[in-house]
Amino acid sequence: MPSLDIRNLSANIGDKQILKDFTLSIPKGEVHAIMGPNGAGKSTLAKTLAGHEDYTVTGGEVFLDGQPILGLEADARARLGLFLAFQYPCEIPGVSIANFLRAALQARLGEGQEIVATQFYKKLHEKMDQLKMDRKFTARGLNEGFSGGERKRCEILQMMMLEPAYAVMDETDSGLDIDALKIVAQGVNLMRGPNLGVLVITHYQRLLDYIVPDVVHVMWDGRIVKSGGKELAFELEAKGYDWVSKELAPAIAK
Amino acid sequence: MSIETDTATANQIAIDREKGNFRYDTDYAFDAGVGLRPATIDYIADVKGEEPWVREFRHKALKIFESKPMPTHWATKDLEAIDFSKIRYYLSQGQKPSRTWDEVPADIKKTFERLGIPEQERKFLAGVEAQFDSEAAYSRMKEGLSKLGVIFVGPTEGLKDHAEIFRPWFGKVIPTSDNKFSALNSAVFSGGSFIYVPKGVKVKQPLQAYFRINAENFGQFERTLIIADEGAEVTYMEGCTAPKFETATLHSAVVELVALKGAKIQYITVQNWSNNVFNLVTKRGLAHEEAEIRWIDCNIGSRLTMKYPGVILKGRKARGEVLSIALAGDGQHQDTGAKMIHAADETSSNIIAKSISVGKGRSTYRGLVQIPKHLKNCKNNTECDALLINANSRTDTYPAITVRGEGNSVQHEASVSKVSAEQIFYMRSRGLSEAAAMSLSVNGFINDLVREFPMEYSVELKRLIELEMEGSVG
Repeated sequence: MPSLDIRNLSANIGDKQILKDFTLSIPKGEVHAIMGPNGAGKSTLAKTLAGHEDYTVTGGEVFLDGQPILGLEADARARLGLFLAFQYPCEIPGVSIANFLRAALQARLGEGQEIVATQFYKKLHEKMDQLKMDRKFTARGLNEGFSGGERKRCEILQMMMLEPAYAVMDETDSGLDIDALKIVAQGVNLMRGPNLGVLVITHYQRLLDYIVPDVVHVMWDGRIVKSGGKELAFELEAKGYDWVSKELAPAIAK
Repeated sequence: MSIETDTATANQIAIDREKGNFRYDTDYAFDAGVGLRPATIDYIADVKGEEPWVREFRHKALKIFESKPMPTHWATKDLEAIDFSKIRYYLSQGQKPSRTWDEVPADIKKTFERLGIPEQERKFLAGVEAQFDSEAAYSRMKEGLSKLGVIFVGPTEGLKDHAEIFRPWFGKVIPTSDNKFSALNSAVFSGGSFIYVPKGVKVKQPLQAYFRINAENFGQFERTLIIADEGAEVTYMEGCTAPKFETATLHSAVVELVALKGAKIQYITVQNWSNNVFNLVTKRGLAHEEAEIRWIDCNIGSRLTMKYPGVILKGRKARGEVLSIALAGDGQHQDTGAKMIHAADETSSNIIAKSISVGKGRSTYRGLVQIPKHLKNCKNNTECDALLINANSRTDTYPAITVRGEGNSVQHEASVSKVSAEQIFYMRSRGLSEAAAMSLSVNGFINDLVREFPMEYSVELKRLIELEMEGSVG
């Protein structure tokens, strides 16, 4: 079964260890959710998987469809099919969404192959319509002047255009109102299928009402302390993170 | 005179160029030799059959040139590398250097490929052919223009056959003594465009230096004078994004623009000389009442470019604008900027300068804005942004703003930035290589200026920047 396979991953930022022997496997066709408090290492996980230079891997391995990726640069991992939906997507002034996506798609083609403009725009408009994004946005600078919610929607648009094998969504729900949340979730749900594995990282349970996960994991202090079905998310919401620190974490430590 | 040029010529080839092989056809009858002396001036005036007043103008200029020191007290000391005694100041048709296509360096061929330059143009640009045959395109255009009463000739013809039009303004916008290099140009100018647009005529098609290509036109000491009569409008384009290979190390052009009442002149330059060239240019426009002069300048090549397009806002409500993009890579120094001299009420000026320094490249912005105290309701807006790509890239900014009087306003914004690591990571996380991410970022930085260029240029410019970025990363 093709999967994104994270084994005993440990990672630091500077001298501080954040991920501690982290293990998780996300098969294609499934949506996994990770919930955890601030400081648990959720964003570190996302960025380390994507290959951000600020994070140093001190142990473990990650396989994407059987291929080891920790030795690869960020762009090589992306071309293999990994996508990260950022928590705080940055602006790229002067670079239009359309041009950016074209360049990203072009990067995946071989020498001498070219993106066909008509097909590209047709698909782009189709996805923008699905996300209820005004078509005028294609010409705007990427995220330039966008509100937080608009940026998140743009992340989903990119995901829909790039068709990754594995998508890691880092707190996509933060900064979204309920309507935007529904639209974003719809975009993700449209993509769900046997060719996509999704890792949804979130603080709150609410997103999971719309993107219903197959498996829920609770993360604490750099590792997974409990896994379960979607009911686990409700249990966590009801009992709070105190429950995690008092019961779940010590259990793992033993 | 001619016998020692054989060795001198060989020396010049060795000194001047860095890549490829050039050979000079030997035709001693038309050889002005190297170095600059009064005899050189006479030689040039003789060959062109110039009027006595033009010859006299040249001689006076030579004296002024010799009396002025190199401006190294404020400009880069690199100017001292210029050896005036080793330069050829006039090359006639028979003397243009040439080489075979095989001798053209591979990276130049690659650039032509990447920029999509047509076959025939490649040979001209690479110095394989001395001429680019654009006669067909040019003659059609010539017909259309002459119907409108537009004059579009070279300086020799302009000063001889249309003296009554051009002589009154020649050397008035940029006096010979303005600086050492305007003096040099005034002594040895050859090639360039003299254009007159009659009252009310709005020329739709941009006029291009390209249309008048002959061996002289991509010359070292071009002299251009464009006069737009009342209410006339014209756009002129020079240069191209493709690397133009030159053996000559010194290029010193002078461009004078005159916009009479209500007229508009737009002058667009894209410069990509090879990295051995000193490109020292004086460009200035005179805008009368309600007239507009706009300089759109892009400097990518050369070892050293010094160029400060300026506008003298002489009439009420005149408008001046400079939009400038500079890219300095290893071994390059782009020392550019603008000058806006307000000399009437309600005049306005706008300067937007964006520079990119890559590798060890250095870019410098010098901006002069003058609004004297007796003027009212004048406005200037200046924005200069610098982008540093590598740790040892360099940029300097020297604004010189003098504003006095009541009711005048000046706004100046400057920024220096790096391409942020976060932006690069974001783009790489979408599958773009580091080089592709850099060049997208850089293109984004200059995007709003590139849009002002005519489309053919803007497409080529973007590709050129991609190429430069590829070379710089890693």
